[in-house]
Amino acid sequence: MREAAIEATDLVREFKKGPRAVDGIDLRVDPGEVYGFLGPNGAGKSTTVHMLTTLLPPTSGVARVAGHDVVKEGSEVRAAIGAALQEAALDPFLTGSEHMRLQTAMHGMRGDEGRRRGEELLARVGLTQAADRKIRAYSGGMKRRLDLALALVHDPRILFLDEPTTGLDPQSRSALWDEVQRLATESGVTVFLTTQYLEEADVLADRIGIIDHGKIVAEGTPEALKAEVGRPSVEVIPAEFVDLERARAVLSRFGEQANSSPKGAAVRLSGGEGRLAEVVRALDAENISLQHLQLHAPTLNDVFLEKTGRSLEGAAEEEPDEAEDQPKEAVAA
Amino acid sequence: MSGGFAFQVGALARRSVLRTLRQPAMVIPSLFFPLLLLSINAGGLDSATELPGFPTDSYLQFALAIAFVQGALFSANSAGTNVSNDVETGFLNRLALTPLRRLALLMGQLAGIMALGLLQAVTFLVVGLVAGAGIEAGVTGAVVIVVLSLVISLAFGSIGAFVALRTGSGEAVQGIFPLLFAALFLSSMALPRNLIETAWFREVATYNPVSYMLEAIRSLVIFGWDGEALALGFACAGGVALIAILAASSALRTRMVRT
Repeated sequence: MREAAIEATDLVREFKKGPRAVDGIDLRVDPGEVYGFLGPNGAGKSTTVHMLTTLLPPTSGVARVAGHDVVKEGSEVRAAIGAALQEAALDPFLTGSEHMRLQTAMHGMRGDEGRRRGEELLARVGLTQAADRKIRAYSGGMKRRLDLALALVHDPRILFLDEPTTGLDPQSRSALWDEVQRLATESGVTVFLTTQYLEEADVLADRIGIIDHGKIVAEGTPEALKAEVGRPSVEVIPAEFVDLERARAVLSRFGEQANSSPKGAAVRLSGGEGRLAEVVRALDAENISLQHLQLHAPTLNDVFLEKTGRSLEGAAEEEPDEAEDQPKEAVAA
Repeated sequence: MSGGFAFQVGALARRSVLRTLRQPAMVIPSLFFPLLLLSINAGGLDSATELPGFPTDSYLQFALAIAFVQGALFSANSAGTNVSNDVETGFLNRLALTPLRRLALLMGQLAGIMALGLLQAVTFLVVGLVAGAGIEAGVTGAVVIVVLSLVISLAFGSIGAFVALRTGSGEAVQGIFPLLFAALFLSSMALPRNLIETAWFREVATYNPVSYMLEAIRSLVIFGWDGEALALGFACAGGVALIAILAASSALRTRMVRT
């Protein structure tokens, strides 16, 4: 077996006066893989990233990144990783190129070497034109792209992106996704990506870990996870409202009831999508005309619902803001 | 790949200087208010020079030193605000992920304050001379005033950095500003210590290191070269700077957590 890019065993982080933010997680990310860490606010995503990037010592457990122990070999870990943490941590009074200059200097690149690297990365993320503008004038998407460029200065093998698209408009989000995909496919960079967006995890990740209340509740490829909860649902809206109850009765032969619009009926197909033709024939046999019929494939939200009993979209509102609590606790630790 | 210590300090100092000078709201009050207080004092308290034993017949000459120390007090606010912003925005975490050495970060941060201190000292010196104050110790004395002002700025700036690193809060930094001003007012700011009649005030001013910082600058302006006053002034400013830098380094170790 190849050495993992990221590996954690029974990783725990407790904060004073609080529950376990991370409660014994095990994970393995292979080199070149894009791993999506999906969960609502407060689930433990950022705390995990802080431990894996050496910014927060674990309470217990072991984690190795790029083959180095995050506690005992912090410098070696930092040399191998790049990270863009939750908020784009930029200085509003500096320009993009001044940020690059500072970051290259921190990594020991002097003079022309640093300038060339800075220009190359700014071009890569499409910020050459804005290089001499102060960060105050940058949009959210531009800040995120600069943040990504800064994380790549020392050509890291592993990249941690903590909610990189939160708050971005769809166009900026899509541009960042393209860049992450390019990094993974063209440069072979391992990407550990936290997100609370189902679509983002679905589009970008080779594998997904779903975290809730500090525990990984499901892990696998998006397809495998969806197949696990697995059954698609079919929803019909009869042409005549009076046929709704009869339609519901017909559908009930094919599986258990699922959520539907008020004018329709839906079931989760117990035999999978192959039974769709049977459903149509059964409805036709009962002379029920349809205004609308739709097959819903399972989504990651169905997976989250199945594993946690809650919908991911709603779960975020129930949790405290992990990012707000963390710095104070980290100091206390 | 690891950046050399001096190279890291240089890069961070450049950032700190740029950042400080690009904030007019930080620079202008630190120049304007000391000059305002100087003009009020010089105009309103001139009759104090008639007190028996007052060292000069020009209150402007006497009060000029206050501008240097008051300006330096703004350093605490500036340094503290800059550092607390870095904590609050996560910029410190970004730096923590590089091969940066903690001491380089602190020194780099304080470089911006020294740049502001230099701008303040030269401005106060020029305005004082234009307004009619003379520097008894001459050009060399003026240079020593600038150097001492920088050490005082470093001292107060380090206090601001310490509070910011300890608390991580810009509000806490704002909170210490009035305390430092109280230290200025409870010193020999308005009168020489031997002319302060209220016993407790004289006692507090005698134990207050700010008095000796003022008196060292004042000695160069009014008397010329006074070795004892200069030694006490540099010792107090340097001592406060050393203690505050050590405290800030310790706070940085706790704040900038990395394994």
